[in-house]
Amino acid sequence: MSTNKRPEGSVTQGSAAHHAANTAAKQNQARPTFLTIDQLHVQLPTGSERSYAVDDVSYSLAPQEILCLVGESGSGKSLTARAIMGLLPEPYVHYEKGKIVFQGEDLTKVTPERMRQVRGGEISMIFQEPMTALNPVMRIGDQIDEVIRFHEKQSRRERRARALNLLDDVHLPDPPRIMSAYPHELSGGQRQRAMIAMALALEPKVLIADEPTTALDVTTQAQILRLIKELQASHDTGVLFITHDFGVVADIADRVAVMQHGKIVEIGTVDKVLNAPEHPYTQALTNAVPSLIPRAVKAVNEKPILQVNELVKTYRSGNRWFGLGKTPKQVHACDHVNVSLNEGETLGIVGESGSGKSTLARCIVRLHSSDSGEIRYRGTDLCTLDRAGMRPYRSKIQMVFQDPYASLNPRATVGRIITEGPIILGETRTAAESRAREMLELVGLDSRAYERYPHEFSGGQRQRIGLARALALKPEILVADEPVSALDVSIQAQVLDLLADIRERLRLSMVFITHDLRVAAQVCDRIAVMRLGKVVEQGPTAQLFEQANHPYTQELLDAVPGREWSRMRSQSQ
Amino acid sequence: MSQTAQRSRYVLKRLLQAVPVVLAIIVVNFFLLQLAEGDAVDVLAGEAGSATPEYMEQLREKFGLDKPLPVQLGVYMKNMLTFDLGYSFRHDMPVSKLVLDRLVPTLLLMVSTITLAVGFGIVLGLLAASSLNTWRDNVISVFALISYATPLFWVGLMMIVVFSLKLRWFPTSGMENVAMFYEGWDRVKDIAHHLVMPTLTLSLFYLALYTRLMRASMLEQSSMDYVTTARAKGLTERRIVFVHILRNALLPVVTMAGVQVGSLIGGSVIVESVFAWPGLGMLAFEALFARDLNLLLGIFLLSALLVVAINLVVDLVYSFLDPRIEVG
Repeated sequence: MSTNKRPEGSVTQGSAAHHAANTAAKQNQARPTFLTIDQLHVQLPTGSERSYAVDDVSYSLAPQEILCLVGESGSGKSLTARAIMGLLPEPYVHYEKGKIVFQGEDLTKVTPERMRQVRGGEISMIFQEPMTALNPVMRIGDQIDEVIRFHEKQSRRERRARALNLLDDVHLPDPPRIMSAYPHELSGGQRQRAMIAMALALEPKVLIADEPTTALDVTTQAQILRLIKELQASHDTGVLFITHDFGVVADIADRVAVMQHGKIVEIGTVDKVLNAPEHPYTQALTNAVPSLIPRAVKAVNEKPILQVNELVKTYRSGNRWFGLGKTPKQVHACDHVNVSLNEGETLGIVGESGSGKSTLARCIVRLHSSDSGEIRYRGTDLCTLDRAGMRPYRSKIQMVFQDPYASLNPRATVGRIITEGPIILGETRTAAESRAREMLELVGLDSRAYERYPHEFSGGQRQRIGLARALALKPEILVADEPVSALDVSIQAQVLDLLADIRERLRLSMVFITHDLRVAAQVCDRIAVMRLGKVVEQGPTAQLFEQANHPYTQELLDAVPGREWSRMRSQSQ
Repeated sequence: MSQTAQRSRYVLKRLLQAVPVVLAIIVVNFFLLQLAEGDAVDVLAGEAGSATPEYMEQLREKFGLDKPLPVQLGVYMKNMLTFDLGYSFRHDMPVSKLVLDRLVPTLLLMVSTITLAVGFGIVLGLLAASSLNTWRDNVISVFALISYATPLFWVGLMMIVVFSLKLRWFPTSGMENVAMFYEGWDRVKDIAHHLVMPTLTLSLFYLALYTRLMRASMLEQSSMDYVTTARAKGLTERRIVFVHILRNALLPVVTMAGVQVGSLIGGSVIVESVFAWPGLGMLAFEALFARDLNLLLGIFLLSALLVVAINLVVDLVYSFLDPRIEVG
């Protein structure tokens, strides 16, 4: 039934698959494979968009090889991995047919008891979100210990020595302390290291890594990728690495399989798939990856529309209570920040989590009140204004949020979401409605979306609604807080194009917050790099990318995944 | 700072913070009772059948009820600080002795009820969740629903009818068989025997509540990421359920139980009346109708102290169960 569903261009798809089979066959001769997936089908519940989550997927993995499964959300890449582990979210999604042969043994046919031995012992897995993937109320040491205890007979002391060694192998400082720590006491990167230690405890033959670096900061991500590569080489492990990020693929993969709608559309060596993709989908995906070459500098109008001077915002927690309470904690989210935004310009605020970039954005929109300093909009200091005084300025500065799912009221129609602001500011209902419909068209949605509810839209469409909401107030400055980081790469490219287009058409000035230097390179005229509440460096994008002065900026630039690949691509173009 | 040191500082801080709370309770309760019409003298006179206004004035003077309110409050507060809870005119006994006598039976009933409700609630919820949508789950859920919906006094009366009058397994009322003059273990056994039915009756409602809460909590936890990790580590289902899920699922139950222990003192009035259990609830009930203000104030104060103490204990237990909660 899959054949009659095939879209046009099935010839290319067929030849790609054929080619893929050829490469796979060649590799089979070169190295013995020890994990082979053969025509795997995983069924989705009836009534889903498609009947198979994983549809006729075949691939194999050799020792010491890193195979990347790439695809956008919903492509079925995670479920193929879960199927190998026998961890499908039954009863909703279940295995239907196909073989998963691991060292001559078909894992779809073994007993649950044997499967339990395989899991953790011979095939192990690490996950995306190291905070939720570890049990929050159990010490790290105990969580590592139980892997060993449930697979091998060893004394408590031997197990402890082994766990300490493992933590040392993943370069965690002070292993004894980590052993007795709870997950919430570690940083994101440390948690993921602990997770890796746990997964490698029994020297598994295969490590399945499901988006292991997606939730991490870019510098941490680079470290974890290096660690996985290092351990994979020294432990002789085959790694099945699932990701959506082509930069990561370029850095880590030996071979790549690209998945779309539950099928593998292209499989081959990393060089082949990334640099000479055959399937149109792969081509579209690789082209959607923002390049690291900054966009052309446009004539900058040296007239500042917004100036932030010596802005300070400190978060405090805990009180002393006669010396008996918690020691008060202070976080300097914004520590004497100075930035300025010229008319028609896009200023990028770049930094890792906890750098204070979102706090800065919220202070500018006056969602947070700052402790001291000035925010001057066309010469008026907004910080000194009270609620009533702020009113005429509210519509001038509008915000677009990161999470398209959480930032729209699920109980309100799109129309109400967009018209609410203008109506509050005194517009008539009819005028607000016609403007809302206009804005929906502007952001590329049908104006019939007006009557519908947010849950009826996809992530990218919701982000467009969020943008329409901001634009309905006719702002002069748009503050966008990570507007594309929750989106798939192809959708991300569309939203970025839309932002660029609207910015030109409405002559908006924009403050663009992002952690992704690729996106920043494409969008921003100038960039300010933030770290621990301070702006460590700022300047025109091209200059910053070419020659970063501050070591932290350099570190960030070096950590961008797939940097080499991007450089090669841009040279060849 | 070591964890033990941190905890003891925390306890000290909480105890200090409790002082203004208790003082505020004393003041508020005092004025609350003043709002009610009539005083102890009215009641005494009413019960005696006849009393001349002069005699009532004499009585008021004797009890200090003729003084202005702030003076009465001041005297009461001063007495509180010396743990003198006053004198109950109705019972002709010092309030402190009366209240402390009744405290033990109440605590006994409370502790056994909460242990039974939480303990069995957890077990039943666990059973229901681990055999989801089977006959076992259905039986437990229906049982929980019925006990949740049945009024306490009705359960109490039915138990007396069935188990005391018909089957003669348990005594109908009281805390012990005073006429037998039991001592030592015999007395303990006798009290335990009397305790069974009130405890069962009182705990039924809470048992149902915790069963449902535990079941929901287990189901919620079993879809968490760390459970997938535990499976991927190759642990046995037993280990996953009893070590990983159970401890996380307990947290909401402990929170709920902590809130409800306080309300148990009040909630036991009905059960204490039905089984003639000589507890604080019964005493409060009687004091209310007799307008025995001193006694009521004493009971209120004691209950407030109990609630403050219980909250502290619950918070400490919580910090042991969940390392993410920092005491301080």
